[in-house]
Amino acid sequence: MSCNCNEEHVNPLIPEIVVIKKMRVDTQDVTTFRVTKPGGGKPFEHMPGQCAMISVPPLGEAIFSITSSPTEKNFMEFSVKRCGEVTEYLHSLEVGSEIGVRGPYGNNFPVDDVLKGKDLLFIGGGIGLAPIRSVINYVMDNREDYGKVDILYGSRTPGDLVQSEDIFENWPSRPNTKVHLTVDHETEGWDGHVGFVPNYIKEIEFSTDKVALICGPPIMIKYSLQTLLEIGFKKEQIYTTLELKMKCGIGKCGRCNIGDKYVCKDGPVFRCDEIDELPDEY
Amino acid sequence: MMKKISKSQFSQLFSNIDKSYQLFLPVELDGKVNFDLWQEGDKVNIEKLKTNISPKSFIFPQSETYMKFKRDGKKLKIDNVSGKKEDYVIFGVRHCDASSFKLLDNVFLEEPVDRLYEQRREKGTIVTMACFEPEENCFCTSFGIKPQTAPIEVDVTTWDLGESILWQSQTQKGEALTEKLNDILEDAANQDKAELNSLQESTKGKVKELPLAKLDPTKITGELKDLFDSEIWQELSERCLGCGSCTFVCPTCHCYDVSDFKGDAQTGERFRCWDSCMFSDFTLMAHGNIRKTQKERVRQRFMHKLVYYPNNHEGVYACVGCGRCVEKCPVHLDIVKVIKKLGGE
Repeated sequence: MSCNCNEEHVNPLIPEIVVIKKMRVDTQDVTTFRVTKPGGGKPFEHMPGQCAMISVPPLGEAIFSITSSPTEKNFMEFSVKRCGEVTEYLHSLEVGSEIGVRGPYGNNFPVDDVLKGKDLLFIGGGIGLAPIRSVINYVMDNREDYGKVDILYGSRTPGDLVQSEDIFENWPSRPNTKVHLTVDHETEGWDGHVGFVPNYIKEIEFSTDKVALICGPPIMIKYSLQTLLEIGFKKEQIYTTLELKMKCGIGKCGRCNIGDKYVCKDGPVFRCDEIDELPDEY
Repeated sequence: MMKKISKSQFSQLFSNIDKSYQLFLPVELDGKVNFDLWQEGDKVNIEKLKTNISPKSFIFPQSETYMKFKRDGKKLKIDNVSGKKEDYVIFGVRHCDASSFKLLDNVFLEEPVDRLYEQRREKGTIVTMACFEPEENCFCTSFGIKPQTAPIEVDVTTWDLGESILWQSQTQKGEALTEKLNDILEDAANQDKAELNSLQESTKGKVKELPLAKLDPTKITGELKDLFDSEIWQELSERCLGCGSCTFVCPTCHCYDVSDFKGDAQTGERFRCWDSCMFSDFTLMAHGNIRKTQKERVRQRFMHKLVYYPNNHEGVYACVGCGRCVEKCPVHLDIVKVIKKLGGE
């Protein structure tokens, strides 16, 4: 337990200071925060799917998925939906404000093994694009390592689609990459697809030799999973990411249990057959 | 070498320990016995088996500030508050409570190591006191704990022979403490050791006669999901008040909350404090709550102790059979009832 170096071991609960470099308003309640260390650079390295704890004293901390790709060398991004105390406060800050961040926490999507060489189907709903975007951009930056890419992304209204630059411009312009957008209801000015994500999955008639990665509201995940199974996907081909209340992020505070797993360290990424093994409490 | 000291010299013993360490021991105040910082004149009570609150609070305090912050316009300053600095001794810890430290170690010393906890563990010297007269609510033996013999990892173990106590160090830290007390500790005689042996033997007989002696968690079998879906949770949880007393007196409960205290407009501090899975807001998120009723919360607490923790820690249960929850639960919903309902008797 002792160590000969004179440096004090770092308490893993202490956040590092980062500066908000850019706040991009994505929708009426989602803003993407770009942060760097005060002297520039990322606060730490991560893999796609991992999370970080954002600190805004005196309102506390909350866990967010890192939406930027690890291939982004100069900064880190978080897409945050305004829906509670911490997020409300975050949204009220300005560029140049300093906040705290600690991480990375949890496991990641298997980008360097299982996903390599495969055709990929990304399915996102609303703010659920945040963790998926980290994987998509990682794949885009290592494009030759992966096969065909389909991105199916939906939200309630066109105004709720996040990351418009990526979904309308960057991704569709990449080789071998298709973006399928949908909104829940007819909206004036929207001439794209209308309908729920699970229905759209069925309509497109994807081939089933892909790996699917899903993230979105629990109800969307549930029905999308059901649809994928109906059209012939196996649970072993589908990954998703879960979210529960967290305080420590390091498997000690006892809050994000699902059965004997901790979402903060055993997750947040689970393969769907692994989720089947868990008790129904998420 | 086994040592010995007469109880008439206790005051001298405590004052000698106090010279080099902070000394915490069971002190009686207003009829309640709890571990407290020793002061000359305190009513030390080493007869009482269970202190009201377990000594877990010395290695995992109920509330602990670990960070201070200051906001100056857009600037944010964060200062690390370091942990325990003084060497300390906890005297008179019972074997159930001493065993709980090991269970907490499995959580807090696992990577990434909780440095505040680690500091407290390193600074502390644990002196246990064996039990020769376990009480009706005791069931430590169901979890492999011996009231008459200390776990090997405790620093010093002692036995109460009536007029005197026997003292045996078991670790380097224990040895260091013993050396500082060389002036007043004498060598135990063969006669003392013989008396100890006979007391230990008679304790082995007594524990078999205890009302909860037959409790056996290893008889709880079945798949995690089947136990999770068991009908007992609904029935058991109906009486739970959600007061959280069980979690606060429990020596093995380790769930905590992290919260900010706002001093003035610019400064404040962040602390962590004990929390309880029995509370309705424990898992409450902006978008909802995964454990909506007391049934899910009660199930979580006992599944954690009897299934989840053992699954993650080589089959070891997260209970030491101290019996505090049996005494303190206002509606008698304790782990003994749960183990029995799950077939563990």
